[in-house]
Amino acid sequence: MRVALFITCVNDTLFPGTGKAVVSLLRRLGCDVEFPRAQTCCGQMHLNTGYRRDGVRLARRFVEVFAGYDAVVTPSGSCAAMVREQYPRLAHNPHFAAGASVAAGARRLVPTRAGREFAAAVDEVAPKVYDLSEFLVDVLEVVDVGAYFPHRVTYHPTCHSARGLRVGDRPLRLLRAVRGLELVELPGAEECCGFGGTFAVKNPAMSTAMGTDKVRNVLSTGAEVLCAADNSCLTHIGGMLARERGGVRVMHLAEILASTEGRS
Amino acid sequence: MGGAPSRAPGHAPGPARGRGHVVDLGMPAFPRNAARAVADSQLRFNLRKATHTIRGRRASVVGELPDWMELRAAGKAIKDHTLRNLDRYLLRLERAVTEAGGHVHWAADAAEANRIVAGLVKATGETSVVKVKSMATQEIGLNEALAAEGITAYETDLAELIVQLGDDFPSHILVPAVHRNRAEIREIFLDHMAEWGRPAPEGLSDDPRALAEAARLHLRERFLATKVAISGANFMVAETGTLVVLESEGNGRMCLTLPETLISVVGIEKVVPTWRDLEVFLQLLPRSSTGERMNPYTSTWTGVTPGDGPREFHLVLLDNGRTDVLADEVGRQALRCIRCSACLNVCPVYERAGGHAYGSVYPGPIGAILTPQLRGMGTPLDASLPYASSLCGACYDVCPVAIDIPEVLVHLRGRAPHAPAERAGMRAASWLLSRAGRLAAVQRLAARLRRLIPRRRLPGPLSAWTDTRDIPPVPAESFRDWWDRTEGGTR
Repeated sequence: MRVALFITCVNDTLFPGTGKAVVSLLRRLGCDVEFPRAQTCCGQMHLNTGYRRDGVRLARRFVEVFAGYDAVVTPSGSCAAMVREQYPRLAHNPHFAAGASVAAGARRLVPTRAGREFAAAVDEVAPKVYDLSEFLVDVLEVVDVGAYFPHRVTYHPTCHSARGLRVGDRPLRLLRAVRGLELVELPGAEECCGFGGTFAVKNPAMSTAMGTDKVRNVLSTGAEVLCAADNSCLTHIGGMLARERGGVRVMHLAEILASTEGRS
Repeated sequence: MGGAPSRAPGHAPGPARGRGHVVDLGMPAFPRNAARAVADSQLRFNLRKATHTIRGRRASVVGELPDWMELRAAGKAIKDHTLRNLDRYLLRLERAVTEAGGHVHWAADAAEANRIVAGLVKATGETSVVKVKSMATQEIGLNEALAAEGITAYETDLAELIVQLGDDFPSHILVPAVHRNRAEIREIFLDHMAEWGRPAPEGLSDDPRALAEAARLHLRERFLATKVAISGANFMVAETGTLVVLESEGNGRMCLTLPETLISVVGIEKVVPTWRDLEVFLQLLPRSSTGERMNPYTSTWTGVTPGDGPREFHLVLLDNGRTDVLADEVGRQALRCIRCSACLNVCPVYERAGGHAYGSVYPGPIGAILTPQLRGMGTPLDASLPYASSLCGACYDVCPVAIDIPEVLVHLRGRAPHAPAERAGMRAASWLLSRAGRLAAVQRLAARLRRLIPRRRLPGPLSAWTDTRDIPPVPAESFRDWWDRTEGGTR
């Protein structure tokens, strides 16, 4: 099985440790990943902020770069949801600017050749994109990844992994199987942390108000570590925790799962 | 009641795509309204308590039904079918209402609807009307339009009464006075009831029962004295020409049965083909809305019935931008809305901003997709509404007719005007991300300068992030450079 790692632009630039953790974890489980060197970004920021033309260009790149793999694994629920859930809608929307035109005299929009090719590429690639927890539980069929992490941890199910991908309790099952790890329930876990991509800077007061409530809930658990499967949300919550000297560190799920005895 | 307070009708909407005229409060953009709201601790407390209570109630009664998802799918399908054949069902409805002795009027926009209603009231010779809680009449600013014609409209829904007495604006679809607590309501009753009719009893306490009794006494006089009523409707059944109102208090029932003339102003999207279709919505709506298994007062009427209820019935069918919404293949799903407000109650943004921040009678997630479509995005507020969401998706999950609100928000963001600086930034990001080499070069530059990058004070618009949040340290090496250097950690 050929497995590609989609690191995401945010992790590539700011959180290489998460990428290294994914690589070491998957290798430990007997799965070698490739890193398609041409990859950059799935286009989520552009697409979700209303810059469809720019976003679609990046989406086209994505499906070209990741064509031909059996699986594409990514340590971001949000980017996985963008590709798997949103790309198909984008590609099959008859009004999609770059993919359709009104043929002369025709009353209906007809897809252009480029639009048809994009749709075909999306249909090929999108279903093979997995968030890390999905790949572990559903594809590799493993819940106990042999990790050791003797700390008190609480888990925040990010919106796009919970409501976009519907990963359900897969991350919790993985965490429960980690030796030494004490998992404590996060009150109001399903509520958004207030990151929301460009929302965080377009509506800073609201984003901060939502984050403050999330931080309060995190602190109430007495956990040492806040874990999530998306570094974007963790940057927001962690940035607030750091500002308030909350004494809780944030860690990506991959980093906890990659920890083994003697290396945690 | 000549001394009835009236609200300024608000400025006219600017140039925009939406052709509807929805009452506009002329407020600044959403981020500023929200920033003010999140600093109001009383408002935060009131809203949190109310939304979490209804949210919990809804979740428990929805969870009881093993076939909720099937009901939801049926509700969506019925609405979609009806909207696709709206012309046919509206004509059928018109025929059925007319055959049952009612009169049907067609209103293209708010002004026309207001003109029709004012004319109908004037024809009765009356100068006052009682009102059933109605979103459509709020949308078109009917009370203000009637006041300009010398007609006083009396709200009879308890929450709408509180809003009217307080010269306030509704902040929630289902519970318009959700932003008020009972101490505030007591003060409003004591200060303003006398201006509108029977005064509040002396020594009124803020006990909910005492407040309800004061409202009951005040309203009862009004019901018995008023000969014209104005309502909206939750549903209109095309096959029989029957209108349906769901309410919890019984005031609506009083308005619909006691007066001699009944005028109903209803959006054209409220039609359903048959009574069998209604059955689905009578299950979906109460559970989603008030968190009740069954609705307390469900009133239905078909034209007029001699010796029973109003002698004259007028139905004003309101477009006000709806056919434009219908023309948008993505945005049209907003017309499925049955105004339950489940999306408001579950929304983390609404919970902290309150309804007024949305500057429209339609607040919350549904308002953020409905208002810009009906009214256009010609004002800073309307252009900011599609961005008043973190796209967390909680609204879509609870919507009883499966409106994919995040999808429509993103769709509208694509049509919203973008600030030049933002556009330039996005263009630059797109250029940067369109070649891996460019991204790698910038990553290396950032790594070299990483000690110079302030983690707590970024310049310009990025300060919106660092005002409240640290940025993470820039690593010495990006992932891709690590991969190249170590061949994926194998060397």
